[in-house]
Amino acid sequence: MIDLITDPIVQRMMIVAILVGATAPIVGTYLVQRRMSLLGDGIGHVALAGVAAGWLAGSWAGFAQQDALAIPGAIVFAIVGAVVIERMRARGIAAADVIMAIMFYGGIATGVLLISAAGGSNANLMGYLFGSISTVSWSDVWVTAALSVAILVIGLGLRSSLFAVTHDQEFAQSTGLPVQLLNMTVAVLAAVTITASMRVVGVLLVSGLMILPVAIAQLVTRSFTRTMTVAMLIGVATCIAGVGITLFYDLQPGALIVVLGVVLYTVVASSAGLVRHRRRRRDHAAIDHRELASTEGAAA
Amino acid sequence: MPATDPYDHHGASPAVTARGIRVRLGGHEILHGIDLDAYPGEAVAIMGGNGSGKSTLVRALVGALPTSAGTVDIFSQPRSRATASRIGYVPQRASAGGGVTATAREVVQSGLLGTGQVLPPRHAKARALEALADLGVAALADRDVASLSGGEQQRVLIARAMVREPELLILDEPMAGVDVPSQEALAHALTAKRDAGASIIVVLHELGGLAPLVHHAVVLDQGCVTHIGEPPRALGVHALPGHDHDHAHADVPEPEGSTFAWEVRP
Repeated sequence: MIDLITDPIVQRMMIVAILVGATAPIVGTYLVQRRMSLLGDGIGHVALAGVAAGWLAGSWAGFAQQDALAIPGAIVFAIVGAVVIERMRARGIAAADVIMAIMFYGGIATGVLLISAAGGSNANLMGYLFGSISTVSWSDVWVTAALSVAILVIGLGLRSSLFAVTHDQEFAQSTGLPVQLLNMTVAVLAAVTITASMRVVGVLLVSGLMILPVAIAQLVTRSFTRTMTVAMLIGVATCIAGVGITLFYDLQPGALIVVLGVVLYTVVASSAGLVRHRRRRRDHAAIDHRELASTEGAAA
Repeated sequence: MPATDPYDHHGASPAVTARGIRVRLGGHEILHGIDLDAYPGEAVAIMGGNGSGKSTLVRALVGALPTSAGTVDIFSQPRSRATASRIGYVPQRASAGGGVTATAREVVQSGLLGTGQVLPPRHAKARALEALADLGVAALADRDVASLSGGEQQRVLIARAMVREPELLILDEPMAGVDVPSQEALAHALTAKRDAGASIIVVLHELGGLAPLVHHAVVLDQGCVTHIGEPPRALGVHALPGHDHDHAHADVPEPEGSTFAWEVRP
């Protein structure tokens, strides 16, 4: 166990897992609030095209490490993709689900095309599709830490304004809040979160890490702030558990984290349902009891 | 005196002066050049049938919809981010709410934000609680708004507008789907606000419980103003399609057992 804790690979994995687990649900809360849970998927697929574009650029530039520009490529593509999606949505050019569909297929097809043009194979994309947390380097850790700090500062610092805009855009507009800028902030934050989380869970599962903790938190909280806080804790817990388990069992960490989230959601949802059912039965029993008592009282 | 102002306001400057407002949505013109004036200390009802453009008009007034032509002045200044801080807007209840639960206090606190105020001001929580208390729903502060009744939700939305201490309050169908106790609370709060000198613009399907509040009405039909002046009573005959606005008529009498007793406007 001590060996594991002092192992730099394990340390790097855990640091990245904690950072990503804490930050992904912040943006996830705003996306769920705006009923755009699938935005993360759309941006994730565009980011994959960015990975491939970075790969192509790296091989053209003759870098020893072909994927040196993969993450910068992903960041640029994700942010541009997020801005395009937001503008199309805001201007009502197309329905949100149609925009998402175009992003999904366009992103993944472009990614496959570009990686083949770069002389790579689809196998090279697998690490980005499903994550490869065990290969993170210290420089990856620093990049993730920097992106996480940005998400924490903006996502938590502007929480009140971002809540106002995602809760009721029409009212927010009437108050003079910079609605377009704040909407764009959510989209860009989502892009940054996705690139930061890509190494852990991969673009195909990144939305799971953003949305599942929020869905679970919602089952047990009433306030927006508490939902976000609880979701962050759940995100950290599932990421640590997922990575921790894969230290002992040969499993894919990204997929395990998402499956743990789904299992936790199912358990919490069914127990919350059970509690509600019991409470309702108890309330009904109390009403029946009162009615019986009053009838008996009247009869006496 | 402007064409849209049938009353003497003793030289007071208007809270809202809208001229020639046109709005296009989805390639169709919804409003065909609307003029509207509202003065401090008075309440104007915007009335009309379904699809007459009432909601579109108030959404254009607060800047939630772009206008294709016309001007909106708020307190004699062109509408801008700067004038937004003087407005409290209560949109239709159905438009509000997201996918994450939020408490009534959180919703009201969001009313404290605005131009140059992206972070909550000091004492935001206390001010939100005070606004909820003014509408008699302080006990609901920590409840999830989605779990509240229609009337309670409406009171929360009005508290969110009131917490801004607006000089101009614009409400879109505040009485729709609202229970009688909430209607009374709303009428009371709005009357107090008007008497304190605020200007109120309220979209109504019919006057109902707000009849004593309203000074005059602007009736729309298919995106045009068809009547300005004395509010149509009870059933809102001016709102009926094909109604003859040009000739005097006896309004339809108020139905018996009307919603609740209200104070008589002096």
